[in-house]
Amino acid sequence: MTLTDTPPASRAQAGRRLSTSKAMVEAIAQEMERDESVFYLGEDVAAYGGIFSSTTGLLEQFGPKRIIDTPISETGFIGLAVGAATEGMRPIAELMFADFMGVCLDQIYNHMAKIHYFSGGRVKVPMVLTTAVGGGYSDGGQHSQTLWGTFAHLPGMKVVVPSNPADAKGLMTSAIRDDSPVVYMFHKGIMGLPWMAKNRRSIDLVPEGEHVVPIGKAAIARAGSDVTVVTLSLSVHHALDVADTLAGEGIDVEVLDLRSLVPLDREAILASVAKTRRLVVVDEDYLSFGLSGEVVASVVESDPSLLTAVRRVALPDVPIPYARSLEYAVLPRHDRIEGAIRGVLA
Amino acid sequence: MIQSDIHGETPHVGTQDDDLIQLLTVTGERVHHQTYSSRVAHLDTEALEGLYRDMVLVRRFDTEATALQRHGELGLWPQCLGQEAAQIGSGRALAAQDHVFPSYREHGVGWTRGLDLRKVLHQFRGEDHGGWDPAEHNFSLYTLVIGSHALHATGFAMGVQRDGDVGTGDPDRDRAVVAYFGDGATSQGDVNEALVFAAVNDAPVVFFCQNNHWAISEPTERQSRVPLFRRGSGFGVPAVRVDGNDVLACYAVTQEALERARSGGGPTFIEAVTYRMGAHTTSDDPTRYRSRAEEDYWRTRDPIDRLRLHLVAEGTAPEFFTALDAEADAYGEQIRDYCRSIPKAESSRMFEHVYAAEHTLVESERAWFTEYEAGFATEGAQR
Repeated sequence: MTLTDTPPASRAQAGRRLSTSKAMVEAIAQEMERDESVFYLGEDVAAYGGIFSSTTGLLEQFGPKRIIDTPISETGFIGLAVGAATEGMRPIAELMFADFMGVCLDQIYNHMAKIHYFSGGRVKVPMVLTTAVGGGYSDGGQHSQTLWGTFAHLPGMKVVVPSNPADAKGLMTSAIRDDSPVVYMFHKGIMGLPWMAKNRRSIDLVPEGEHVVPIGKAAIARAGSDVTVVTLSLSVHHALDVADTLAGEGIDVEVLDLRSLVPLDREAILASVAKTRRLVVVDEDYLSFGLSGEVVASVVESDPSLLTAVRRVALPDVPIPYARSLEYAVLPRHDRIEGAIRGVLA
Repeated sequence: MIQSDIHGETPHVGTQDDDLIQLLTVTGERVHHQTYSSRVAHLDTEALEGLYRDMVLVRRFDTEATALQRHGELGLWPQCLGQEAAQIGSGRALAAQDHVFPSYREHGVGWTRGLDLRKVLHQFRGEDHGGWDPAEHNFSLYTLVIGSHALHATGFAMGVQRDGDVGTGDPDRDRAVVAYFGDGATSQGDVNEALVFAAVNDAPVVFFCQNNHWAISEPTERQSRVPLFRRGSGFGVPAVRVDGNDVLACYAVTQEALERARSGGGPTFIEAVTYRMGAHTTSDDPTRYRSRAEEDYWRTRDPIDRLRLHLVAEGTAPEFFTALDAEADAYGEQIRDYCRSIPKAESSRMFEHVYAAEHTLVESERAWFTEYEAGFATEGAQR
């Protein structure tokens, strides 16, 4: 077994290069082999293999009793997963798009997340809710949101957001084994899908065999001393690209990949900011009332004198436009990240 | 007041007697039914007296709890008054390994599961989350979100299927799951989606709908243009309509449905036509939306009275009833004493069980809260 909380570059000597989707599937398959109580259900997860390739090949390996195509009723199959989890199963339910939480939120935040609490700890709900997030491919404002700030706001469920193939595998293993419900949010842009914009960081080394990434531990994706960029998911890739560019100018950027939102690794944020004194938060979620504010507040609340400068790069508080040029304008991409880094250094 | 026409002379979806299965009439006479009589043939006088005792003691529990709420000892109470036959009849048909998902007024079903009903008071006194271990009695905790648990029951049933505990033929192994809900819940998406999934998966689940005619203030005619049980056929789920104030008929139809589920025959939808004789909960006043005449009509169809008439006619001695009254009085006293003795919850408990294991955020907030509370103690000491 490998237990990893270090960045991808320094690990996985024995790994092969896999896309994020293949790494995710590998973790599910290994856990399904290890534990008969694990099964996967959702829309188009069987023969199709998941519309974002989250379950490719699993039907062939495990059959229709464990890889279950459901009718289009998200409340239905998420509620089913909750019930099966209370019976002793370890279901993984896939919400095709996080945006669809609107049709099934009651089962998520009132039941999945609260049954353990309101049973006085007598009833566990060990399930995973997987869901695809993020924009950048003109799918419109009802199919492009990340909404992780909303999930993370609601107590009772853990929230993990991998940014690379190795973490996708390791966090999935942890999520399935966790006795609390875990929301596993994968960005379509990191999956390594051939029909998405090419992303060289979406294929990388992944350890073979059992691989566990602990929930609640951030990772330093790139060590640096001048400025801290706290980010997650696809924005980690953008931040690393920008850091590479700025390194040529002698600007040393530290990129912290949160990996988990619940629990949030505040210690890692504080440790990095204590070193750099400058903070940029990059978040592909709405600016207001969300993750970026939470990160900044955590730092300021701990020590108001810690920061000399801070910027947030997030979605403006508008629906994500469908028009490609408008969509790219709202997404937190390279130019805005670079501008914010230069801003805190000015 | 707006007079609802629900139980007047005009036929109504909630009261049409077509297809209604009945084995014990309002006046306490046994009637023959081609399919179902055989399922209660083995119930001798002693068994019937047992069912009667169940209903009387559950009604006493419910009445005491209502009174305790009126005395300020409980925050809220959802009464099961009038629905005892539906709950005891169906509950007594269950096997030990069957699992129940109640909504929130299934005190009678809890009783049949061997649950000490006094534990139910913890939650309604506001001192505990839940109050019993669902695994101990195969009786889940109450759900106050309408209809949501129909899905949990179906998912639980799919877990049972995957454990291989369906259709083995072993009467001690095969399991069924029962979801109890009301007429109002049948309009919820959750219940309909549960029926979709249960049907296509042949899930070993029984949907037991107590049509008590009122979803808080809304009559059944606000939920459906057809008798509720007819919805089953649209989902491909066998459905049956039963006199919910007839303990024998409820027993028989539930037993049949459970057997179907356990043997791998899939789900059943049961509509038990009964009446919520009390308020929705102690928070509402039924006189605002329904008539005295309607309540009087249903009082003549009381589920306990008709079994008493039958027992008397069959020769049960008066001493039985006298002894049961004394037992109920003693039980009532136990309930009152117990309720007042429930310990207060420590405020620090709010941080327990948010997650299944220790969680850094919750622990840091617990530490903050503990320090905050300790501040008051110091303040007090200084005064």
